[in-house]
Amino acid sequence: MYHKRGIWAIKAKHGGVFPRHEPKEAPPKPAEKPPKYYPADDVRHPIPNHRKHKPTKLRASITPGTVLILLAGRFMGKRVVFLKQLPSGLLLVTGPFKINGVPLRRVNQAYVIATSTKVDISAVSAEKFDDKYFTKEKKKKKNKGESEFFETEKEETKALPQEKKDDQKAVDTPLIKAIEAVSDLKAYLGARFSLRAGMKPHELVF
Amino acid sequence: MVKGRQGERVRLYVRGTILGYKRSKSNQYENTSLIQIEGLNTKEEVAWYCGKRMAYIYKAKTKSDGTRYRCIWGKVTRPHGNSGVVRAKFKSNLPPKSMGGKVRVFMYPSNI
Repeated sequence: MYHKRGIWAIKAKHGGVFPRHEPKEAPPKPAEKPPKYYPADDVRHPIPNHRKHKPTKLRASITPGTVLILLAGRFMGKRVVFLKQLPSGLLLVTGPFKINGVPLRRVNQAYVIATSTKVDISAVSAEKFDDKYFTKEKKKKKNKGESEFFETEKEETKALPQEKKDDQKAVDTPLIKAIEAVSDLKAYLGARFSLRAGMKPHELVF
Repeated sequence: MVKGRQGERVRLYVRGTILGYKRSKSNQYENTSLIQIEGLNTKEEVAWYCGKRMAYIYKAKTKSDGTRYRCIWGKVTRPHGNSGVVRAKFKSNLPPKSMGGKVRVFMYPSNI
């Protein structure tokens, strides 16, 4: 084993001695005081986990401006424009809202079919959107007496805040201009996709 | 399932028929069902559907979660034989009364 590892060759190269570094100067540690308290049983420390998730790898067929077909959820079958991939890996997508009622929304790549139709998206800036924009607001919990208990139930439904509506408009207006420039694209985005009799998905070219 | 929506109904699934359980002449293995997907006739065509989720939907007498419809989820696992029949595993085994019944094979998780 010694011969196999080649230690003899390294030694011969350095005149019979295996090369050693001098240990680096460690920064002087401050003098630690002995702890005042020793717990009776061993304290378990959790092993630190430093792994970070990467966003899901985006399929080659999905590029900014691609028209996607949503396969599930409230808007299933709708054809929708892809804007960008968010740091969580989900896709940011918009109808545009005026055309098919799909707002700025996040969608998982697995629930989407990418078509070969592309929309020119250079006029749209989707920089300000990230996952935090889409999180639900936390309901404030208050300890209520019985009489006030019935009142809070009426506050459940909230109207969409005006700034979200403005964001939607800001993204959609340049997009709609680009869409109207292409013939039939507006009607295409407004229509929903559906399988008909005799359609075989494995033979369809999207 | 349409949740009382008046909107356009779109079919985003392929219809499939439940043929029975994976079996030999005198033994059957209920954890795997055999499904005949519409339009599939060869083993090569099945490759697109492998991994796709499917749902067996049935009605019950009592309401649960606000609806009488219930569902067993599953997925296409592999082809079965040479003629487009497919093996599928469900979250819980399909009940024997489902034989000959319909299953919805969805197009997700999609890879297109």
